[in-house]
Amino acid sequence: MKRVPFIVRFFSATPKQGWIAIAVAAVVTMILLPALHLLVPAGSPFHVSAYVITLVGKIMCYAIVAVAMDLIWGYTGILSLGHGLFFALGGYAFGMYLMRQIGRDGSYQSDLPDFMVFLDWKALPWYWTGSDSILWVLFLVLTVPALVALIFGFFAFRSRIKGVYFSIITQAMVFAAMLFFFRNETGFGGNNGFTDFKRILGYSITAPEMRVSLFALTAAMLLATLVLGRYLVTSKLGRVLAAIRDAESRVMFIGYNPLHYKLFIWTLSALLCGIAGALYVPQVGIINPGEMSPANSIEIAIWVAVGGRATLIGPVIGAFIVNLAKSFFTMAFPEYWLFFLGALFVGVTLWLPDGVVGLWRKLREKRAQVVAK
Amino acid sequence: MSGPSILLLHEVTVSFDGFRALNELSLDIEEGELRCIIGPNGAGKTTMMDVITGKTRADRGKVMFDQNIDVRRMSEPEIAHLGIGRKFQKPTIFENLTVFENLELSMKTDKRARTSLFAWLDDEANDKISDTLRLIRLDGEAGRQSGLLSHGQKQWLEIGMLLMQDPKLLLLDEPVAGMTDDETARTGELFKSLAGKHSLVVVEHDMAFIEQLGGKVTVLHEGSVLAEGDLATVQNDQRVIEVYLGR
Repeated sequence: MKRVPFIVRFFSATPKQGWIAIAVAAVVTMILLPALHLLVPAGSPFHVSAYVITLVGKIMCYAIVAVAMDLIWGYTGILSLGHGLFFALGGYAFGMYLMRQIGRDGSYQSDLPDFMVFLDWKALPWYWTGSDSILWVLFLVLTVPALVALIFGFFAFRSRIKGVYFSIITQAMVFAAMLFFFRNETGFGGNNGFTDFKRILGYSITAPEMRVSLFALTAAMLLATLVLGRYLVTSKLGRVLAAIRDAESRVMFIGYNPLHYKLFIWTLSALLCGIAGALYVPQVGIINPGEMSPANSIEIAIWVAVGGRATLIGPVIGAFIVNLAKSFFTMAFPEYWLFFLGALFVGVTLWLPDGVVGLWRKLREKRAQVVAK
Repeated sequence: MSGPSILLLHEVTVSFDGFRALNELSLDIEEGELRCIIGPNGAGKTTMMDVITGKTRADRGKVMFDQNIDVRRMSEPEIAHLGIGRKFQKPTIFENLTVFENLELSMKTDKRARTSLFAWLDDEANDKISDTLRLIRLDGEAGRQSGLLSHGQKQWLEIGMLLMQDPKLLLLDEPVAGMTDDETARTGELFKSLAGKHSLVVVEHDMAFIEQLGGKVTVLHEGSVLAEGDLATVQNDQRVIEVYLGR
C-alpha cells in the first residue's frame, strides 16, 4: 500500500453518504434558509422568521457542544458535568468584544461598558486590554477555555481521578466558576452578565444579514466539527481512546500514557465548546453566569444520551430534540419543563441506552432480519 | 545453567497498612528462561507482578531489569517500553474493538498521542498482525468484536497482544484459567516455543500445566520464596507440603 497524504486520509474518513448529507445540510443552512429569511416577504408562508433562524442557530451551537461532549464522554468514557464552563468562557470572551463595540451608545454614554460605570470604575481592568480588537478576542476564544481545560485536566488526570469522582469535580468546578462570575468585582457584569449588544465589526447585530451570516457560520462550524470528529474517532488515536474507555490499565501496560490522550481530547473538547459559546452569544444577545449553572452542564450530557453516545450524528439529533422540546414546553407549559427533562433522562437511561441512533439501528436490523426471512 | 539475568528482585518489601504483601522477596530470572511461580492465595504473586510493572511501588529492595535498569521509579508505560509485557488474571482486552484493532494497538511502535493522531498502518505492520493472528489461531476472527469471543479465545488474544509488543519478558498471571484441556495444552506448547527468544514468568495453580511447561518452579509463601527447583523437588519439599496441606 502506498502512503496516502494526511489531508486525503483526513477527508476520506467521512464516508460518501456522510459527504452527501453534509452537502445537503450546507445547502439548506447556508443558502436555502438565509434566502427564505432575507428574500421572501414576511407575509409569505415560505418566509422563515427571525425567531426560527435564531432558534436553529442557537441549537446548532448546542449541537457543537454536544459533539464535543461526546468525544470525551461517548468515545473516551469520561463524563464531564462541567462543560458549560468552557462554553460560557468562549461566550464571555467574545462578549467582551461585543460590549466594547457598543461604544458610547450605552445608557451612560461612556467609553466604559455600562456595568463598569454603574460600579463607578474609572478605567478598564487590565484583563480587558485589547478587548476592542476582534483578532485578540478571537485568540482569547480559542485559548482561554482550552487553557483552563488543559490545566484542570492535567491535575485531574495525573492524579488518576476517574469515573463519578471526575464528574463530581467538574460539576464543582463549573459551580465555583459561576459563583466567581456572579461577583460584580470579577469585572464581567455580575449576575446581569453582558447584553444590549449593538454591533460586530461596525455592522448592526440585529440586521437580518448579520443574523444569517452568524447562522451560516455556526452551520459551517458544526459541519467542520463533525468532519474533524469523524477523522479523530477513526484514527489510531480514536481507537486508543476507545481502549482507554474499555480497559485503561491494559492501555498503560502496552505502553501508552493515557494522560496525554485524555488531555488531548479533553482540551480539544473544551476548545470546541469555547467556539460554540462565541457563536452563541451574538445570536442570543446575552451571556450571564446562568450558563455556568450545574443544571446547564448536566443538560449537555442529556442531549448526548438522548441522541446516542459514541455516534457523531447522535449528539446533534439529541441537541435538536431536547431543545426543540424545551422551546415548545417553556412556551406552552413553562412550569413542567424540568419535570419533562427529568422524565426524558430517566426514560432514555432505562429504555434507550444507545439513544435515538441506537433505536434506529435496532429497528433497521430487525427489518433486515424480517426481509432475510 | 546460568545465563545473564533478565529480571532480578533483591529483598523487595511491600507493605499495605502494616500487612507485608512482599517480605524481602528475592528472585532471579535468566534470559530465555521459562519460570513458573506457585503459591497459596495471598502469597504475593500478583503484588510481585504489580511491583515489576510499576503499578505498585516497593518500599525497599531492588528491581533490576536487563541487569542494569532500575524500574522502581518508572511509570507503567515506560516499563512497557523497556520490554516487559503483562497478562492479567482476568482477560483484559478492548472489548469494543475488533480482534485486529486489539493487536494493532498493542504493536511495538511509537505510542505518543501526537504520533497516533497521524498514524498509518503500513504493510509490515499488517503482516505482523496477520502472523500473530495465525499464531493465536484467531485468523478467522480478525474483524470480529473482541468482546464476543469465547473466554479461551480472549485469553489467547491477550497473549497475542503481549507478543505484538515484542517483549523481552512476559509476565503471565494465570494464563490458562478457564481454558479447556485442549486449549491449555496448546497454550503450553506456545509458551515452550516462546521460551529462549523471550523470558517468561508464569503464575499458575494448574499443576498439570506446570508439569507440561517443565521449567524451574518457585514457591512463594507470605511474600517470600519458600522453595525453588524443578517441580518434583518442590513437590517433595516438606515445607511446601505443609504450606499447601496445613491450611
